[in-house]
Amino acid sequence: MHTLTAYIEGIGLLGPGLTGWPGSQAVLGGQQPYQPHKTVLPPPALLPSAERRRSGAIVKLTLATGLEAIAAAGLDAASLPSVFSSSGGDGENCHAICEMLASDDRQISPTRFHNSVHNAAAGYWSIATGAMTASSVLSAFDASFGAGLLEALTQVVADNTRTVLLACDTAYPEPLYSARPIPDAFGISLVLAPQRSAQALAKITVSLTDASADRLSDAALESLRIAIPAARGLPLLRGIALRLDQRVVLDYLDSTRLAVEIALC
Amino acid sequence: MNPLWLSHFTATSSIGRGLDQTLAALRQRRGGLAPCAFDTVDLATFVGEVAGVDAVRLPAHLADFDCRNNRLALLGLEQDGFVAAVHAAIAKYGAQRIGVFLGTSTAGILQTELAYRRRDPVTGALPADFIYRTTHNTFSVADFTRHYFGLTGPAVVVSSACSSSAKVFSSARRMMAAGLIDAAVVGGVDSLCLTTLYGFSSLGLTSEQACRPFDAQRNGISIGEAAAFALLERTPDHLDADAVLLLGTGESSDAYHMSSPHPEGLGARMAMQDALNMAGLNPSEIDYINLHGTATQTNDAAECKAVQSVFGPGTPCSSTKGATGHALGAAGGVEAVICALVLQHGLLPAGLNTRQLDPALDLDYLLDNREQPAAHVLSNSFGFGGTNCSLIFSRAG
Repeated sequence: MHTLTAYIEGIGLLGPGLTGWPGSQAVLGGQQPYQPHKTVLPPPALLPSAERRRSGAIVKLTLATGLEAIAAAGLDAASLPSVFSSSGGDGENCHAICEMLASDDRQISPTRFHNSVHNAAAGYWSIATGAMTASSVLSAFDASFGAGLLEALTQVVADNTRTVLLACDTAYPEPLYSARPIPDAFGISLVLAPQRSAQALAKITVSLTDASADRLSDAALESLRIAIPAARGLPLLRGIALRLDQRVVLDYLDSTRLAVEIALC
Repeated sequence: MNPLWLSHFTATSSIGRGLDQTLAALRQRRGGLAPCAFDTVDLATFVGEVAGVDAVRLPAHLADFDCRNNRLALLGLEQDGFVAAVHAAIAKYGAQRIGVFLGTSTAGILQTELAYRRRDPVTGALPADFIYRTTHNTFSVADFTRHYFGLTGPAVVVSSACSSSAKVFSSARRMMAAGLIDAAVVGGVDSLCLTTLYGFSSLGLTSEQACRPFDAQRNGISIGEAAAFALLERTPDHLDADAVLLLGTGESSDAYHMSSPHPEGLGARMAMQDALNMAGLNPSEIDYINLHGTATQTNDAAECKAVQSVFGPGTPCSSTKGATGHALGAAGGVEAVICALVLQHGLLPAGLNTRQLDPALDLDYLLDNREQPAAHVLSNSFGFGGTNCSLIFSRAG
């Protein structure tokens, strides 16, 4: 079985009832009850004012989680390659465009259009952080977290570089919501490194597996894992929050899942 | 990097289905752009539409995937024996050891645009026959492709606007180097839709003529559509001299603006230099550059500065978007295949529609086809959000 290994140096987390990694560990570890409430997205302070005005939820979510992870790792965001993985980008913006295109006035605004590209968050990230590094911008529907993790791991292993994974999804409005019921914003960011360093939190060793994905014992957290693609990464964060070496299985494609051996540093 | 072998490849665009038609169009300098008659679009612009997409029928068991983008994907897959090549690779490596990496910018969003015209007048609901997952969702073209072939390994869509299907080569390279897969189906599929036609129009970036890259009078892009695929395998010990290899990839971000390139082409320069470094080549060893060359004022000016800064003014180059139109998320894939044809046939293709070169853009921009052997070529793909990717392809011998 072929494996890919990396060290997690920083974690960013933002979602319903999960605000930041430090404050969420006790919830994920089961020491505190999970109390969901709507995700609060901080304003994107790093962006110049023009870009700040134009940025949608996916941009704010990406910046918040990515910067949290990188600050925790004590690194400079401009130095890191990046992997952005999202099931489908900005649903609010997509709805507004499709509504206009079905109307008598199809003149969508330039801002609407440039926010419609799947790499909008990656573009704003690069402007905000000054990162001129390579970025991979991915989608794999419900498998987007797993696809992003694999891409980030292959950067670490094949190119021998640190990288930051930013897996983020935001809510879809009606009528799209009925076809794609993503209820709220949720994001996980991980800084991954090829070598062990002082700030390493855990070593992860990942392989493809036929095993079923782990479920979360808390019913509300499990519904979150199912409802938002980026939250399919929660069993990994729970594993780290529990502070025990263990093996977790993350959801990925219908044909294969990701087995993750976690060894704490 | 260890060079990767493009063991099979194919492209379908407005200039033709498959390699023979594409090569013939390049030789005859025949373009595929025509005044836009797509759907109900009322814009004065030219498009590169692929003929016959609506007539394509998906296999019954994949009916949920039915939309223009996946029809175009299937039309593209069925050219040049590509399907048989993937089946042979499955027999050789196993279905789980072949990855799928496809680029698209808008996937099947047209399906949602059309569904929004049929919303329930009372509830606003979308029609019951609308299926988001297998049509509109960005992943649908890769999901369709893996189901079509029965592939069970890693699969992903890269969607970074107009660099998407160049970047897939880089993602596939990494996953093969990391040992997770033995082969990869890479490429790109993007199809006409109202979002991009009206969107680029809103930015004033669509030309009312057939686009004229590097022309003094250039005034915007012509949107196209295309499907391009390549099968990447590790390089075997013995290859024919005209086999095509991927030697280098370079990626960067502009960190500058969402819809304008860095004015000095700084990110583009970094991508080209990184690709050269990975390939272990000097700029003077590149025999032809397939430019991003969209025919907007800013792209061509910035790309020219970037190319000059790496290569000087002397490397033969052209943009093939005057022929195909700008296939957006499929452009990198189509132009990778055109680069493979350049290497195999010693044909450096002229840029079409360009009547008078912009005197400010001092490059060896080809206005006529040049019959000249090429050993190494470079392809540029840049996109919104300041995303850049350069690829280097080479002959095996």
